[in-house]
Amino acid sequence: MPQQTVLFTPLLVASVAFFAWSLYRQLSLVGLGKPDAGGTDYVRSLRSMLVYAFGQKRILRHPFGFNHLLMFWACVFLVVVNIEFMLEGIFPSLSLAKLPDRIYFPICFISDILSALVILAVVNAVIRRMFFPAYAQARTFEAFVILSVICVHMLAYFGINASEISQGRELAAAYMPVSNVLAGLLVGMTAEELGLFHVVSWWTHAIALMVLMNLLIPYSKHLHVFTAIANCFMRREGKPNVLPLEAFVEGNVFGAGQVDLFSRKDLFDSFACTKCGNCQNACPAAFTGKAMNPRLLVNDIRVNLLVNGSRLKRGEAPILPLIGNGGEGSVSEEALWNCTTCGACMESCPVFIEQMPKIIQLRRHLVETEAQFPEELLNLFENMEGRSNPWGIAPSERAKWCSQLDVKPFDKNTTEYLFYVGCAGSFDSRNKHVSVAMAQLLDRAGISWGILGKDEKCCGDSVRRLGNEYVFDKMARENVEIFRERGVRKVITQCPHCFSTLKNDYRQYGLELEVIHHSELLRNLVQDGYLKLNGTAGEMGAVVFHDSCYLGRHNDVYDAPREALRAATGTAPKEIGRNRNNAFCCGAGGGRMWMEEHSGERINLTRVKEALEEKPDTICVACPYCLTMFEDGLKDVNADGVKVLDVAEVMAEAVLR
Amino acid sequence: MLIVACIKQVPDTTQVQIDPVTNTLIRDGIPFIVNPYDTHALEEALRLKDRFGCRVAAISMGPPNAEATLKKALALGVDHAILLSDRVFGGADTLATSNVLSAAIRKLHSDVDEVGLVLCGKQTIDGDTAQVGPGIASRLGYQQLTLVDRIVDLNFSGKIIRVSRKLEGRHEIVEAPLPAMLTVVRELNRPRYPKVPMRLAAAKATVEVWNNQVLKLDEQKIGLKGSPTWVSKIFSPDRAVGEILGDGFADPEGTAEMLIEKLLAKDMLPI
Repeated sequence: MPQQTVLFTPLLVASVAFFAWSLYRQLSLVGLGKPDAGGTDYVRSLRSMLVYAFGQKRILRHPFGFNHLLMFWACVFLVVVNIEFMLEGIFPSLSLAKLPDRIYFPICFISDILSALVILAVVNAVIRRMFFPAYAQARTFEAFVILSVICVHMLAYFGINASEISQGRELAAAYMPVSNVLAGLLVGMTAEELGLFHVVSWWTHAIALMVLMNLLIPYSKHLHVFTAIANCFMRREGKPNVLPLEAFVEGNVFGAGQVDLFSRKDLFDSFACTKCGNCQNACPAAFTGKAMNPRLLVNDIRVNLLVNGSRLKRGEAPILPLIGNGGEGSVSEEALWNCTTCGACMESCPVFIEQMPKIIQLRRHLVETEAQFPEELLNLFENMEGRSNPWGIAPSERAKWCSQLDVKPFDKNTTEYLFYVGCAGSFDSRNKHVSVAMAQLLDRAGISWGILGKDEKCCGDSVRRLGNEYVFDKMARENVEIFRERGVRKVITQCPHCFSTLKNDYRQYGLELEVIHHSELLRNLVQDGYLKLNGTAGEMGAVVFHDSCYLGRHNDVYDAPREALRAATGTAPKEIGRNRNNAFCCGAGGGRMWMEEHSGERINLTRVKEALEEKPDTICVACPYCLTMFEDGLKDVNADGVKVLDVAEVMAEAVLR
Repeated sequence: MLIVACIKQVPDTTQVQIDPVTNTLIRDGIPFIVNPYDTHALEEALRLKDRFGCRVAAISMGPPNAEATLKKALALGVDHAILLSDRVFGGADTLATSNVLSAAIRKLHSDVDEVGLVLCGKQTIDGDTAQVGPGIASRLGYQQLTLVDRIVDLNFSGKIIRVSRKLEGRHEIVEAPLPAMLTVVRELNRPRYPKVPMRLAAAKATVEVWNNQVLKLDEQKIGLKGSPTWVSKIFSPDRAVGEILGDGFADPEGTAEMLIEKLLAKDMLPI
């Protein structure tokens, strides 16, 4: 059809050019970010892309996940068909029909079936958005436009095929069942009408394709069809639980106060977001109605980059502040302080966007560059810097918890394990019981262990997650020095925050410790026969276990506490509805332990209610913060009969009584 | 216009213990902090700087290691930090201390700028005398406004200040001409937190040290020789052993009544 070619060729060329320019214009802004450290392991990256992008592993965890998988694979295949469509539009002689029949016919068959399935999938997606949206605001005009255009594109595809079959010029007619049925509907049309129908279908198909290419892919969340795949490829090695160190040298900038201070990967993340809402549903702050929504945070970064990008490229100051009033493109300070750094957002993201490290970069800017933070934190920061514990208690009182016990100081030559008691274990009156239980269990098992006593310092977890990297850096260096001086190699911690900090964060300072969480050690000691059980812990009734974020999600320790509890009580602990990697935070991580909770429902209360649904007699935890949060939450709901115990206390019951 | 904040390095008293044998403070290994009340004086000086664009000097009398205290002040944003340090200043009581501090302020007044305000904490947490601030004011002939919890009005050009003083059970609004010396209470403000770039700059900055060759004071009026007050003994007072009243778990109401009676008998409840 020569007229078609005359019109289509320039349109398509312009479209492709505009498409390329649109992508370049946006994605080149990523280059404004700071270079990411570290090399790339291409084999690992490729595997990640195959499993998570092409295999859609994380998407399949959700209802409607299969619908997305179907649409994804149909689109991958139909891209080939559409390329043929575009080429044929320009060079009518270039057609798949020129291929041998044994190749051409199967292609036609698959396209026909897949196109029909895509229409079904689109209908499914519309129904989902109307009646079961992932979150209320997911019913956007944008989403419905994308779905409509895809649907129109597919219907037009059938229009073309049906009219060609009716005109008797489709060689593969017998292999296109759906198109054949539709062709049946065209019976009775005159040749002229069929011709017109074909032209209209052809142009509808062409225009829908150009709309997708020029408007929807580059300028809507549909951009994810490319960026999400790339993001799975660029997935970070290891867990995103540690942020890069900062160099405290005059002239350096601290944290990310403007968008180009993020890393390139951070900026690319913002283009990979599909607004699926998994993160906001998993986020304890968003879930309890607070000003923090990881989905909006990522969106704000992208919008901010788009608004300020051209100015930043020219070296000019941004016009839209990154931290501001919370309007689109600005993140509010309040939102930033609501994050518990539990990592649920990152665990739930199908395309490995890392929200939490961005929040900490923004907090670093507020604390280090602006000295602006909620007033409760002033005391915390000063106590941590001056007395190396959150309460500001005199460091000389650190070993008081064991004044009634015979606990030996750690000795380089004779002691195997350092028991790093931690601030809660040393100072918090409730948590001291856990320390005592641990001390007794270690002695019973015949372990060679000791403590640093009043020379022990806080690990610095809270200040690091709160963005006070300067103070953390000082504390970490002091601790690393002490550990090196004392010849510490193996460390037992009873706090997942100490555990993660010593194990992961201190590695950045060149200190490789063998850190073991007490739940792992206790499990091992029972399994290896060092601890003999007398079975009395079975009287605790129904035990439910709550995962600590810094033990579970951030360090993948899920089984050890469960196995320890199973050994101690004789039965596997019950699970709370959201458990293991989907567990819901107690509300105390990320420095939230030391802050007031001003808005929304209390996070600990939400979690306590979830736990109580399992009708437990004992809620078992493996973290001092969780212990406090659960005990407080239970008081609020007057659940007096329910106890909260640490794994070590349950084990002590089974071994010592 | 220059505002002078007087700050002192004190031992972190929550960590200080008294040697039961010698009755002296065990100072070994005890970290030093900036006297908490002084941090509020410093903060107010910095707020006035933000508001009026005046300059702020922080001065401290102490041993050479008190430099750390002045570096903290530099990190918070003071323009000058001067350490008044000399062996002959050592062993000073409040009189000798106020002699040295007022001499330094007088020197600042002539060298740098006209001094409009001197701000001090209401007292230090080690000596707890609350005498140094007023001592400075009388030596300099400044108005003294103690226990300030709010600056109501300040007019540098009209040389007038109006403040609220926090007294027991009431507040007093007073007005005075400048220059004036204020001692401040905690309620005055919430001290700021140092920004990292400022900390890094302060770490590299040198704190000016003025010894007695600079101040040229009569040695009979400073240090131990200029101090009429002597500490003869420090001790922890014995505290009477308390008693347990009733059983709060078994009979909370009855126990509360017993407590109220006791307090009433000792005239400790306002009626």
